[in-house]
Amino acid sequence: MKRAHLFLALRYLGLLSILAISIGPFLWQFATSIKGPGEDVFVPDFIPDDPTFGNYAAVADVVPVWTFALNSLGVASVNVITNCLGAAMAGYALARLRFRGRRFAAVIFASSILVPFEAIMISLFLVMRGFGLTNTLTAVVLPGAIAALNVLLLRNAFLALPAEVEEAAIIDGANAWQRFTRLALPSVKGTLVVVALFSFMFSWDDFLWPLIVLSDQEKYTLTIGLAYLQGTFVQNQRLVAAGTIIAVVPLILLFLLLQKHFFRGVGEGAIKG
Amino acid sequence: MTHRPYTPWLFLAPGLAVCLLFVIFPFLNMIVLAFTDASALGGGEFTGVDNFVRMAQDPKFWAAARNSLLYMAGVVPPLVLLPLLIAMLAQKIVPGIGIFRTAFFTPVIASTVVVGLIWTWLLDSRGLVNNLVEALGGSRIGFLTDSTLLLISSMVVTIWRGLGYYMVIYLAALANVPKDLHEAAMVDGAGPVRRFWSVTVPSIRPTMVLVAALSAVNGFRVFSEIYLLSGGSGGPGGASTTLVMLIQSVGRGLTGEVGYASALSIVLFVILLGLLLVTLKLNRREDRL
Repeated sequence: MKRAHLFLALRYLGLLSILAISIGPFLWQFATSIKGPGEDVFVPDFIPDDPTFGNYAAVADVVPVWTFALNSLGVASVNVITNCLGAAMAGYALARLRFRGRRFAAVIFASSILVPFEAIMISLFLVMRGFGLTNTLTAVVLPGAIAALNVLLLRNAFLALPAEVEEAAIIDGANAWQRFTRLALPSVKGTLVVVALFSFMFSWDDFLWPLIVLSDQEKYTLTIGLAYLQGTFVQNQRLVAAGTIIAVVPLILLFLLLQKHFFRGVGEGAIKG
Repeated sequence: MTHRPYTPWLFLAPGLAVCLLFVIFPFLNMIVLAFTDASALGGGEFTGVDNFVRMAQDPKFWAAARNSLLYMAGVVPPLVLLPLLIAMLAQKIVPGIGIFRTAFFTPVIASTVVVGLIWTWLLDSRGLVNNLVEALGGSRIGFLTDSTLLLISSMVVTIWRGLGYYMVIYLAALANVPKDLHEAAMVDGAGPVRRFWSVTVPSIRPTMVLVAALSAVNGFRVFSEIYLLSGGSGGPGGASTTLVMLIQSVGRGLTGEVGYASALSIVLFVILLGLLLVTLKLNRREDRL
């Protein structure tokens, strides 16, 4: 019995050390963000003597951080909608409709998964320039608007649905769009939530592509805005810290609300990235 | 007939358009451009394999390829082992375990940029980590100013951020390890270490291989961590530049050498495709188990 207690204590000790490693850096960043101008940010002090939220207002004076946040929010929201709808439509056609050329369409999506973004980013920039879209948020949205991986995830979800329900609907005279919106879509809600979450996160986190395609500060998304903030105001760490906290809080809230879907998504989307 | 012949294509049109315009076309175009001297301003003459010859003689390319490979080799073993150990700690349902698991996952949901900036601050010459080093009697370490240390620091950031992600994958795998195997081993008098190697590892080996493949792909395409930790410079004299960073800096902007950047991209693609195919194959096998 004693031995079991010892093991339990050791387990908690281990868990607590990992906890410190996981969230300690965030706490330190938060502590830095609420330190007043009179306090030395280099002193390892997690609880400031005179906490202030003034840095959150001040960071907006040096860079338009709220514009960055709105840009990111806009891009991410559009990405969620286009991915859920566009990928579901394509996935439904692949899984549920019979037609010539289905294999061809499936091959296009499957081969798109195999092309890593990093390999085509320069060429993609030329495409956007061809469309006259460089330095626009539209160009940030488009390449990830309907990810091939999401098409295949939803195709698999639709394939798993029993065929009988739809057969009944066909006899009742429902057309393909009606069957899609009224029968198929509501049945794959779980997968849709996963697609929505990961589209949002992927888009909110994206750094390399906005860095390549955007050049004007007022178009910046949060990620490149923060990198710019760090490059320009590195001497005032309090502001950089406040900016990073602004960027991370929405995601933490989203995560706390929808935890179990996140954990499911890690399994399903393990090859995305 | 359940639908008109063109109906499926209406369903597919948006998805196909995105994939064809923004993945397949740029990919094919990249292959063509790699054999030209195209610049960012357009044009470009067919130059045969000149770009590849230039690459073979370009020390920057070899340094970047070496850094990317080193990066991959550096992050894979810790990312295969450490999240497994954490998953074993977090596997047993004890009071408060939900809070621990959630907290361990936090670095995954914070974006790479946020994580990069937080660690830039932690590893600053006067930052928290150096404070700790000094308190322990050491002298300050230039984590971000020495090109080798910069690479290692970036790896630490990648590993730190990956702990929670791969932990979740391992938790799912551990849940499928039959309990009676452990009990039988215990009856036979096997200690915890012995049981780890003889029961746990063999039962979840496919997952370990999958994690290795996933972290290898992600390690080889590293960009953000090194970019942020070096403030965009790629380290002193660009000595810590990786392949993706090199492509970005060669091909970007008005002076971009699109032809050469495309040739570099082909090399990146071939290596990543190899790694991706292995991953997909393993992932499929994993699904069957």
